[in-house]
Amino acid sequence: MSVASEVMTALPDHLQPDAMDAWLEKKLDEKLAEREAAKTPSLAIIATKGTLDMAYPPFILGSTATALGWDVSIFFTFYGLELLKKDLDLEVSPLGNPAMPMKMPFGPEWFKAINWKIPNAVQGIVPGFEVFATGMMKKTLRNKGVASIAELREMTIEAGGRLVACQMTVDLFGYDMDDFIPEVKDWIGAASFLPTAAKSDVSLFI
Amino acid sequence: MNIAQEVDARGMNCPLPILKVKKAIATVGEGELIKLIATDPGSVKDMQAFCSQTGNELVESNEEGGAYVFLVRKH
Repeated sequence: MSVASEVMTALPDHLQPDAMDAWLEKKLDEKLAEREAAKTPSLAIIATKGTLDMAYPPFILGSTATALGWDVSIFFTFYGLELLKKDLDLEVSPLGNPAMPMKMPFGPEWFKAINWKIPNAVQGIVPGFEVFATGMMKKTLRNKGVASIAELREMTIEAGGRLVACQMTVDLFGYDMDDFIPEVKDWIGAASFLPTAAKSDVSLFI
Repeated sequence: MNIAQEVDARGMNCPLPILKVKKAIATVGEGELIKLIATDPGSVKDMQAFCSQTGNELVESNEEGGAYVFLVRKH
């Protein structure tokens, strides 16, 4: 017998290779489950839109995740910078948005239930149509008790959500830094945000 | 049953009821009870998820007089 196989047979049962493999499997599962349970889930959002309707997903997901105790980072870039303005003046346009329900937020229930399918040709021609649509959307949101963007933003920040923004977009569109809320943690670029996104459990592009 | 704080989230929609509960929980001590009243039907599932994620205890979840009433114990 070789020295190796002599040593093997001399080992007690629980130190035999097969037993050791089985032990390692079990221990590994236990340790991974422990780590999993103790881990704080994290959410990374890249917010690229600046309209009233698209402002909701990042802030609702962000604020709710903080309420669940998650680590939240939101990177605002391109039109998403509009969501970081001190004076939030977000609008919505139904033009080219066939999925947007156009329901009047006033009147009797049967009237409110009507979905007015207004053709793009009309939407594009009628002056002030966007203003009208934005007004209707705001009223609808209020009627249904949905929080305003300002409120959701404040709650996200208060609960520890980390809002960061794209410096390049500021230069691109010639924004004035004073227009933005001071609570923005950092002005960064894609290279700085990607590592955060890589480590997050949930990474979203909105 | 001694309720440390009552949160009235009637008329508010997702995610406000959960955000309000979170704020209230932060102000009370370990083992204390928070009562939430909400009209948002989504709040039933949301409260279950909130409690399982945060480790707080959902003591009660009922429907009373057109509203949903929840009792949460802070842990």
